[in-house]
Formats: sequence, C-alpha cells, structure tokens
Amino acid sequence: MTAQELQKCRELAKKVRIHCLKMVCKGKSGHIGSMLSMADILPVIYTQILNVDPANPDKAERDRFILSKGHGGAALLATLAELGFFPLAWLDRYYCDNGKLSGHISHHIPGVEFSTGSLGHGLPVACGMAMAAKQAGKKHRIICMSSDGDLNEGSSWEAIMLAGQHHFDNLTMLVDYNRLQALGKSKDIIDLESLKEKLEIFGWRAVEVDGHDQQAVYEAMRDLPLCNGKPSAIIFHTVKGKGVSFMENDYKWHYGGLTPELCEKAIKEVEAVK
Amino acid sequence: MRKVFNKELLNIAKEDSRVFMILADIGYGEIEEFANTFPDRFINCGVAEQNMTGVACGVAMEGNIAITYSIANFPTLRCLEQIRNDVCYHNANVKIVIIGGGMAYGELGISHHSTEDIAIMRSLPNMVVLVPCDPVETAALTRMMMKYDGPVYFRCGYKGEPVIVERDFEAKLGGSSLIRDGKDATVFFAGTVGINAKKAVEELAAEGINCRLVSLYSIKPIDKDAIIAAARETGGIVVLEEHNIHGGVGSAVAEVLMDEGVGNVPFKRIAMPDVNATKVGCQAWMREQYGLGVADVVNAVRKMVKK
Repeated sequence: MTAQELQKCRELAKKVRIHCLKMVCKGKSGHIGSMLSMADILPVIYTQILNVDPANPDKAERDRFILSKGHGGAALLATLAELGFFPLAWLDRYYCDNGKLSGHISHHIPGVEFSTGSLGHGLPVACGMAMAAKQAGKKHRIICMSSDGDLNEGSSWEAIMLAGQHHFDNLTMLVDYNRLQALGKSKDIIDLESLKEKLEIFGWRAVEVDGHDQQAVYEAMRDLPLCNGKPSAIIFHTVKGKGVSFMENDYKWHYGGLTPELCEKAIKEVEAVK
Repeated sequence: MRKVFNKELLNIAKEDSRVFMILADIGYGEIEEFANTFPDRFINCGVAEQNMTGVACGVAMEGNIAITYSIANFPTLRCLEQIRNDVCYHNANVKIVIIGGGMAYGELGISHHSTEDIAIMRSLPNMVVLVPCDPVETAALTRMMMKYDGPVYFRCGYKGEPVIVERDFEAKLGGSSLIRDGKDATVFFAGTVGINAKKAVEELAAEGINCRLVSLYSIKPIDKDAIIAAARETGGIVVLEEHNIHGGVGSAVAEVLMDEGVGNVPFKRIAMPDVNATKVGCQAWMREQYGLGVADVVNAVRKMVKK
C-alpha cells in the first residue's frame, strides 16, 4: 500500500467513525463500541483487498464479504456509502422510521452480501459459499468477519471444524478481537485464549495483527491464503470504542446510548486525530 | 418413501449439476450413491445441524439447489434460526427434507418424533410446506419441489408405506390429490397417516356413508378451492394429521374456512393431543394410542353425518 493509499484509508476510517457516531446518536441505537473497533479494518479491505465494484455490486466474480458480527453493521454501511454503493443520505435515516438501514445489516442494501444480526450465522454460510466456489472452479475469495461474541456460538465452531476438515483455503476469517462483549471482559465470560492455537489445532493457519495499524492489516491480507490447503484466520487485536477516549475498552459501550453532548465530544476527538 | 425420494433426487441430480446434498451424518444406506456419484456436490457436516443449514444456504446463494436431509425434527428445530434468518430471509433455494414425519420413529421416543414441524415451518415467510402421503406422492412432489426456486420443507415418510394415491401425477404448488369423491362428508388428511383415513372412508362406504377423501399434500400454499368446495358440496369436514393439534393441517384448513366465509360447516380436527408422547410403540400402534386410528375417523364422521 502506498503512502497515498494509506492516507486515504486513514481518512476513510475517520469518516466511518464520524458517520457511526452520528448514526447511533440520531437513531438512538447502540453497539457503537463494536463499530469503532473495526473502523480501521474495513477501509483497508474495501479499498485495497476485496474485488468489489460499487457500480456493479452483484458482479459474479466479486469477493464475498460476510459481516457475521452484524450488530456493528453501521460501520460497514458507512464504508459502503462512502465508496458509492448507495447514497450517503441513507445514513441519515439509519435506525429511523421508514429509513432503509436497520440496526443489523440486511442484504437488501447494495453491497451487503448477507444479512446477519444473530451471532454464529456468518461462518457456516461462508463455508457453503467456499464449497460452492471450489466445486465450480471459481477463484473469488470468501471473507467473514467474526468477533469475540460470534465465537461464543457453537455454530461458529461447527463451521471452523468443517472448514479445516475440508481444506477451504478460499475462506478467510477475520476476528475483530477486542476482548470485550456485551456483559464484560471475554476472559471472564468465555475465554477464547489461546485463539490462534485453537484455530491452528482445528486445521487453520492463523496470524495475529494490530487491527488499528492499517498498513499491518493490508500486509496480513495481501497474500491469501496464508497457507495453501488451509483456511486462513487473521486475528485483529482491536480496542472496543477505538478513537473515543471515554469509550475505549469499556464494555458499557457495547449497548450504551449516545447523547448529543457526548456525540459532539466524541466527534471532536475523532476529528483531532491526524 | 425415503428410497423413492433418494431415487428421484439422484435422477434429477444427474441432469442438473446445481443439486448439492448437505448432510449432518444421517442417511446410512440411502445417500451413498449420491455421495459416490457426485463427491464434489456432497458434504457431510458431521452432527451439526446448524452448520448444515448455514452451509446449505451459502451453497444455494451461489446459484445452486441445496438439500438438507436428516430424520424427524433434526433438520428443523435445532437449526430453526438458521432456517428463518438464513434460508427464508434470503429466499435461498434450500430444500429441507426430513425422513420419518410424525411418529415414524415411534419407539425411539419424542426426541425422534416430528409432531410440531408443520405449524413451525408454515409460519416462516417464503417457506413452502409439502407433505407427501405415500410413495406415489413422494415421487411427484420431489419432482415439483426441485423445479421450484425457493425454500421448501419436505416432510417425507420412512419406509414401507402403503400406496394411497393409485396413479403417478404431476403435482402443483397449492394442489391436492382427490382420492375418492362423495357428498356426505369430506375427510382431508396430510401425510402417511392418511392410510387410516382411507381405511375409515372404505368402512364408512360399506355402511352407506360416502365421503370425499383428499390428500392435502401442499400445506403452504394450501388448496383453498378444494377446502371451499368441500364446505359447499359435502356435509362436513374432518381433518386427520399426525401432528400436534395446534397449528398443523387442521388449523390450516380451519383458517381457510373462516377467511373464505364458509365456516358454517360441521368440522372436526383429529390430531395429536397437546401432550408429550410418553408411550412406547411403533407408528401404527402410537397412532391408535393418540387418537389417530381408523375408528377415530369413522366415529368422527358418523357423529357428523348423524347431526
């Protein structure tokens, strides 16, 4: 990634964060911490990694991106709107009566591959897409974003076992691993450690990356699969609420509502980052 | 019936390379030919029905026809959210096939009974619900299901079921099979328990009560015209099903009668009472125990006709 491309990713991440804060505040919704957590990753994969086209979102050879942590969907929606998949004005009506954008993402929106919201649904569907692509000899990649909570679900591990068993090396799981979930620290609820080792025991190749270092995100995803014959997992170490000091690493911002005053304060912090 | 289903499916899969079979480690003795003939279109997800359903949805989203297949309530209840959120919401071309509808696995206990499935499946948007009653309907409905683009729930029987519908036919969505005509009453049924309806109608005929006998093989959409005609042309309606009394075939028929303004007709549902089936026995014996026997149908019709 060139310095210019990296700068564009930084600017896009900043815009995504500001959109999410405004959307959550205006819509009186929640999950802002989960959105900010992956706000640096999405701009890199959507501008540098995925083969997708805003003018032709359904093109057959597109890479498939499934956001299994659908509660953070506003970050994906903001990314898609900034890239021109649909009008930015739609974001203003997020979570509002007669708006197009619901709190959890829907495939009725251009650019959204699959609807999620209840956790544990993304990886099984991604496995099916991976199987179908292999059977048809197609070369597109299937990438699924998971999370701490998403990996509590048994169905996620059913899919992890299957992908390893059948060597789905066209499948990549990204983990937004911020180590917090709805009611507290993951290590106090369901400790996934050591996640990398667990995935490798199940037949995956896994790496750990700083999910807020966009150059590192790019480097990790540039040459997929990580290992021929194995599904790839990229565990992004992230900070829930990243970019807003009073939200960072505080699980109450999994659900927490945002007042206009706090929203303004948060936006100022995000804008101040160079 | 499962042999007929698998044979039909295999024939269709030979002609249509979009057909995939997604299993959860069930199907011994039946699915091997598909697995061996089309190894790249077959996957056993292990004992993991949620994953089976999600994988099937992913396969179908890529333009294929994905079959999930297991026994009784395994491919429906454990993975209901995957059916609702993944398959139905995305209108994915997934066919959910169960072997052993009702109490076909009677001796195994309620973990292996499928007696709430029709109510649950027919409440899901985009879901078609098909319930064949014998090998003939199984073949006809399999062919129809595979031509239809969208989610289908297919409640198949098990093995050795007698023929109820005499001749092969072309099934249609929202259709039904008229097995015998009559004016005194109509006996509707769905599924393999229909053999008891057939025997009951024959017994009633011997005593001069002539019943119309109809297999409602398509529960959603349902054959409204056949139900309205029965209300208008015959003396009453009895519905027999191997399913909980709540929300199944009888409920579906009653909904049509009321919605269409033809509810002013003698009407009786014969279904499983709203209890957990704790008795142990084969399907035929269990039917007798839980009020789905030949005599139950005969008595219901007699009572109705006497009125």
